[in-house]
Amino acid sequence: MDFASILIIEILGSIAILVLISIGLAVVFGMMKVINMAHGEFLMLGGYVTIYGTNHGGLSFWVSSLILAPIVVGLIGLLLEWLVIRHLYGRMIDTMLATWGISLALIGGMTMLVGNTTTGISTPLPSVSIGEFSVSGYVMFLIALAIMVFALLYVLFKLTTFGLLARATTQNADMVAALGGNPRRIYALTFGLGAALAGLGGAALAPLTGVIPTIGASYIAKAFITVISGGFAVIAGNLSAATLFGTVGQVFTYLYTPVIGEVALLLTAIVLIRLLPKGITGRFFRRSI
Amino acid sequence: MARLLQSGGLIAVLALGMVMPGWLELFTIYEITIYLIMAVLALSLAFIWGKGGIMCLGQAAFFGLGAYAWAVAAINFGPGLPAIAIAIAVPALFAAVLGYFMFYGRINDIYIGVITLAVTLILFNLINSTSGPQYRIGSALLGGFNGMTSVPTLTWPGGTPLGPADIFRLTVAVLVTSIVAISLYLKTTPGKVVIAVRENEYRAELLGYHVARSKLVTFTLGGALAGLGGCLFANWGAFVSPTIFSLVQSAQIIIWVIVGGRGTLVGPILGCIALQWATTKLGTQQVVQVNLVLGVVLAFFVLVVPQGIQPMITKALRPLFRRETKPATKERLT
Repeated sequence: MDFASILIIEILGSIAILVLISIGLAVVFGMMKVINMAHGEFLMLGGYVTIYGTNHGGLSFWVSSLILAPIVVGLIGLLLEWLVIRHLYGRMIDTMLATWGISLALIGGMTMLVGNTTTGISTPLPSVSIGEFSVSGYVMFLIALAIMVFALLYVLFKLTTFGLLARATTQNADMVAALGGNPRRIYALTFGLGAALAGLGGAALAPLTGVIPTIGASYIAKAFITVISGGFAVIAGNLSAATLFGTVGQVFTYLYTPVIGEVALLLTAIVLIRLLPKGITGRFFRRSI
Repeated sequence: MARLLQSGGLIAVLALGMVMPGWLELFTIYEITIYLIMAVLALSLAFIWGKGGIMCLGQAAFFGLGAYAWAVAAINFGPGLPAIAIAIAVPALFAAVLGYFMFYGRINDIYIGVITLAVTLILFNLINSTSGPQYRIGSALLGGFNGMTSVPTLTWPGGTPLGPADIFRLTVAVLVTSIVAISLYLKTTPGKVVIAVRENEYRAELLGYHVARSKLVTFTLGGALAGLGGCLFANWGAFVSPTIFSLVQSAQIIIWVIVGGRGTLVGPILGCIALQWATTKLGTQQVVQVNLVLGVVLAFFVLVVPQGIQPMITKALRPLFRRETKPATKERLT
């Protein structure tokens, strides 16, 4: 019984990690139909902001990861959107390639600034014991954080004017413009929001993995798979795909090794995409956000 | 006129390639060989993406599989022709299976790009984690992040291994033959369907062509060519490591094609050689990181010169062939 609850917490934890690494990408993809190849590097930047904020800036881990990292990375996202991406809307493939350019440039730039060694930060919470087993308290925090992110996005998209405009822009940008909205600004803000969420995700995961300029590559495959398998609906898609892949990945990790878990995750995704080409929410939960 | 120039040029390149190793120092031969091997890889993506319209962001997967398949086969069965066949068959088969799921599932470009890239990155993790002695195929140790060292080099039928100059000549021959083969293939009916699918998938389908099958064939052939490139690569360095599947490696191939010119065959090859030369030069200094430069080049070209360099050169050279307007337009169409 104790063991079962530990396993469930571990599965929930791996779902939460998937959510945190992919939700920023899901927002940009679902709302703007843009795949942001620099997403992994936004995660990396979030990690660095947290580490420097905590180890050198004298801030507490919670302030630098939950507040500073999303703000800094969100601003970087806005800047890059203004510099590069806004020129490419409507050219979906070119946005993808240009963001890949940004991704490489960020890897190169960060390597010049901080070198290519892993920088770490200690895990802030003690472990929690259930019966004779124990589980990292930080995993519990990640689960709570993922739930909070979903709640926040739900409120943002369903209850605010920005959310209404963003959803309307997704459906018909020209109509929003005709009715006096500003799709350009909504796109910019959405991209900034995606970057901020990536910053938060990267910050939250920094204590688990440490950060190195090339760490984006280890997140990006899983994030992409989760997002495209989820489909365009941001919250429902991300939640359903993360639940499926988190469970598959964790179960195979438990039975074999983390790498086998990753391969199982990929194979599930390829079969899923063959069955549901528009992602899970292209078929189910179609009316949700 | 233009066609005559093209064939003349190819024959000249081939002839030059055959005699050149005699004039050069060993180090230069090594260096140029790797440029040309990567050019084979660039050509394979030029075919799949530029001609076939399939945005494969993970072309490195087939290249790497070819290299690993060669290494494993050469250690197990000896470095002869059967090992080459395996080094081409493994990536081709992999491309066929992956392509089946993608094209028969009718997923669009973005998804294809993402899935192929994700596959490459997961192959990277998979191979990276095979460092224990239990990970072996036959008598070949996979070696994990250390890679596989002392991979045997291809031998002549008699049993003597090919020298660096022979590998150079082989690479030139493979490159030129592939360019000719792809050009000829594109003139056949299935080849014209490839272009038709790129131009308008829906229209091609309504005209009765089997779009998914055409794409699958293109993808498999491109995967096979990339695998052959990987096989040459493993022969060149006698070494393969998981970095062959890395994100940066995958990105470089895309950058060569974009810089050289999407939709052309020769452009990506020129882009590949020019950029590799520049990267090598950049690598020798310590101030600016290579990735930073590559990233900026990629973003710049996408924003400012999306059609790439080769169409620009062709346009600039066109006045020279003013009287021969027909070949010029024909070239643009194919």
